[in-house]
Amino acid sequence: MSKIHIPTPLRQYAGKQAVVDAKGGTVAEVLSSLVGQHPDLRRHLYTDEGKLRAFVNVYLNDEDVRYLQKEATAVKDSDSISIVPSIAGGSGWTEEWKDLRIVEWTRRRRACCCLSCG
Amino acid sequence: MGTTIEITPQAASLSNEEILRYSRHLIMPEVGMEGQLKLKAARVLCIGAGGLGSPLALYLGAAGVGTLGIVDFDVVDYTNLQRQIIHSTADVGRKKLDSAADKLKAINPFVNVRKIETRLSSENALELFRDFDIIADGTDNFPTRYLVNDASVITGKPNVYGSIFRFEGQASVFATREGPCYRCLYPEPPPPGLVPSCAEGGVLGILPGLVGVIQATEVVKLILGIGDPLIGRLLLVDALGMKFRELKLRKNPECPVCGKNPSITKLVDYEEFCGIRGEEQAVETSTADIQVEELKRRLDKGDDIFVLDVREPHEYQICNIGGYLIPLGDLPKRVSELDSSREIVAHCRSGVRSAKAVDFLRQAGFKKVRNLAGGILAWADRVDPKMPKY
Repeated sequence: MSKIHIPTPLRQYAGKQAVVDAKGGTVAEVLSSLVGQHPDLRRHLYTDEGKLRAFVNVYLNDEDVRYLQKEATAVKDSDSISIVPSIAGGSGWTEEWKDLRIVEWTRRRRACCCLSCG
Repeated sequence: MGTTIEITPQAASLSNEEILRYSRHLIMPEVGMEGQLKLKAARVLCIGAGGLGSPLALYLGAAGVGTLGIVDFDVVDYTNLQRQIIHSTADVGRKKLDSAADKLKAINPFVNVRKIETRLSSENALELFRDFDIIADGTDNFPTRYLVNDASVITGKPNVYGSIFRFEGQASVFATREGPCYRCLYPEPPPPGLVPSCAEGGVLGILPGLVGVIQATEVVKLILGIGDPLIGRLLLVDALGMKFRELKLRKNPECPVCGKNPSITKLVDYEEFCGIRGEEQAVETSTADIQVEELKRRLDKGDDIFVLDVREPHEYQICNIGGYLIPLGDLPKRVSELDSSREIVAHCRSGVRSAKAVDFLRQAGFKKVRNLAGGILAWADRVDPKMPKY
């Protein structure tokens, strides 16, 4: 089983764990195993169409899988996978991701989402 | 490692005072007189005098960076003091630039502090960046991050990047000729609304200290030309685990800004790029709003109003107006707990989350739902001054 490092904003959907063990021979299989164990993670990592979200980077050990074979990249048991979100200084990912559905829905209607107020 | 930037010392020597001040640098072979003269000749632009900018500017000033430009148009707020250590209690209400400049001059009068009180934009960034050797990005929002990145690449200045969230941080050096830029790592910003600020997500006060000093360290290394800078390396800081990990960053040959055939050669509209252009109006003037005074008056009168609080449980514990708590994220699955025949007023801390809740409920068929403009903060300001603000 390989290890997946869960970034802070997603830990609440992964049973508060920072590292999760997952099965699989490729990155796609390992991530699938991850969301299988923690279904709440699915919509944070994948769009409705099942694609990995564009602002989420996945690393195999210290290499970005975009420069390897993307989700088809082979994974060994000794490997670790990291999910690396973009964060923006004082701003960042947050538990607001749990209101992803509302946000996606309002985004379609171009509702206001001010980045720096609470 | 080749030379990333070349700082040419302007002065031939340091004064006796400077020699004494920087003696702990001068006695190290890695710095020495030559290194200190480079620091003195260097011009560093700090974008932001907040969480990251505070330790960054303080340490660069102490180190003897000759010219420190600081860009910030904000005013010191009481809630900043938990982490923005360049500002003190007495500075609340003052411009951050003035507060920062005062502290820097007090630490090191040899530093030339250039106050740049402006909102960095596509109109001014290129001209501003050309006056400096290194850019240190301490901003807190995505449009500015992309703006700083693009302007750094276009003007050929290294961008020492740091970012934080809660208790995790990232640091790297972008926009060097051979190395990647921010867009190589993140070609697209997250959709708006997924990325709240410290006010919504919170941040461990020490974290910008940890990451800001990492940025300052990288700036000094670039100036002196020593050590291994974080070029092509993303440092991930996990303060809770006190773990530092590193990921490889590659320069993307197809990168629209720094790749072989850049399609972006001038600055664009970054708010539009990040999907928030034209949306600022929605929350400000909306017929779905109700003012705190009107809510208070109607509740006192005994009107049947259902107050829905869409904050988080820990916020409810800080203060509340007795509303029914359904955190925003849980609203879709708990909407059946609400009675659409009743008049509902939704509120959160400042009115942003509750505006989203109102939109959602209206689309779900709720006709009598309004947003408490300004949230519980406005209630504390104008209705109940004894209520704590946070």
